[in-house]
Amino acid sequence: MGKRIGIEVSLAVSEAVKLCNTDVVAAYPITPQTHIVEHLSEIIADGELDAEFICVESEHSAMSACLGSAAAGARTFTATAGQGLELMHEAVYLASSMRLPMVMAVANRALSAPLSVWGDHSDVMAVRDTGWIQVFCEDGQEAFDHIIWAFRVAEDNRVLFPVMVHLDGFHLTHVVEPIYIEDREKVDSFLPPNRFPLPLDPKKPVSMGTFAPPVIYTEIKKAQEDAFQSIMPHIVECWEKFGKHFGRSYKPVETYRAEDAETLIMTMGSYGETASVAIDTLRAKGLKVGQVKLRLWRPFPFKELRDAVKGAKNLIVLDRCISSGGPGGPVASEVRSALYDEPVRPVVVGYISGLGGRDILPEQFEAMIERGIKDAAKGRTERMVILGARE
Amino acid sequence: MAEITVKDVKTGFIVDTPGGAKAYRTGDWRSQRPVYDQDRCVKCGVCYLFCPDSAIKIKEDGYVEVDEFYCKGCGICAKECWTGAFEMKPLGEEKK
Ligand code: SF4
Ligand code: SF4
Repeated sequence: MGKRIGIEVSLAVSEAVKLCNTDVVAAYPITPQTHIVEHLSEIIADGELDAEFICVESEHSAMSACLGSAAAGARTFTATAGQGLELMHEAVYLASSMRLPMVMAVANRALSAPLSVWGDHSDVMAVRDTGWIQVFCEDGQEAFDHIIWAFRVAEDNRVLFPVMVHLDGFHLTHVVEPIYIEDREKVDSFLPPNRFPLPLDPKKPVSMGTFAPPVIYTEIKKAQEDAFQSIMPHIVECWEKFGKHFGRSYKPVETYRAEDAETLIMTMGSYGETASVAIDTLRAKGLKVGQVKLRLWRPFPFKELRDAVKGAKNLIVLDRCISSGGPGGPVASEVRSALYDEPVRPVVVGYISGLGGRDILPEQFEAMIERGIKDAAKGRTERMVILGARE
Repeated sequence: MAEITVKDVKTGFIVDTPGGAKAYRTGDWRSQRPVYDQDRCVKCGVCYLFCPDSAIKIKEDGYVEVDEFYCKGCGICAKECWTGAFEMKPLGEEKK
């Protein structure tokens, strides 16, 4: 039987990696991801997990080692954050283009300069277009669950794409929470062994990541993109199976008190819970407000988003990243694009807040929602609204 | 290769035929080609060693020949041949 224990979320992530019988972990320690790999190296050194821990000299090497490991058909895990994710950037593309399944936990962190080890989504947005499946977790249980879920999705031979599991730096990684740790048999019966269809094998040699001149590059990229866009049913199916097996269900877009809501606030990641507190307060005051949580960031859940916001007048989107010189925050821009073709759609108002680990308190969410309702009445907001900066 | 469509692309663009790059014509990049003067050739094999596309073959008699399918006209053979047996000429002017 599994058991519910008080545990730091980072350690719970490592425990999940252990329960998945991971074969290879290649990682470089970087704040706020450090506790995940530290604990994994202990688990492996203590013989609790029969895996290879590759101590690499940088994140670029971590991802490169993971590429080789996944290509060999080994169940592969890595974790990183902020600058580390940026350092591995070019190799991150290879994993998805070569259709190599692996799981990477990203302890979301702001980017330098100025140097900040605290959480926001700047690192995520810089790898937005790398072709990885990307999910956001709101709490520790979700982070634990999504490691197990991610291996099954990534290795599903109808999918074969790598998965990033995003958990906010410090807000999740360094918090002790009561988390239900599943037992091995239960995880084993959910997660079949990795059956990578074309592993590197001297008896049956193949070339991976080969060269492509202009005459074929477009066809390959289109094939990759068609495949990526067609995996949504398998992603959803895996969540459904997870729900049946473990009793905790997830969806690409989730809502909180959203039925009959006139104004919705959209969050991604750990601030979802704080926003929910604000929603409760405003509901008690009689305001028809609700919440939309974007769990699946890539592939973007267009249909699910449209369904979730149908009927609302205003949609306030919180971004924890600036798209420099661009149209505000990346999430708000995508949400606007996703809804643009709808004949009836809510007014989308985008705010940027919570940068570099700055807290957003429930009262500030309330103020954000109240301001959003006013701004939406004007029909649009300024292009880039950064909240909370002392001026 | 030009006929490969999106449907033909294997998952991950894996190449499962060893040596598959052999079928790739590097020769169509060429804007100049090496013109060989056998009389100056001393059969040393330096050009054969230096050609980055393995486009130079050594014949049975020890003289060399250029495989047009792969020769991309880089001029390395002409530069490295110490007897000057190769001269690079723009396409269309080779015969002059
Ligand atoms: S380098 Fe010059 S001399 Fe030597 S084999 Fe080649 S063509 Fe002949
Ligand atoms: S021109 Fe370049 S590719 Fe052609 S034969 Fe000489 S060295 Fe080889």
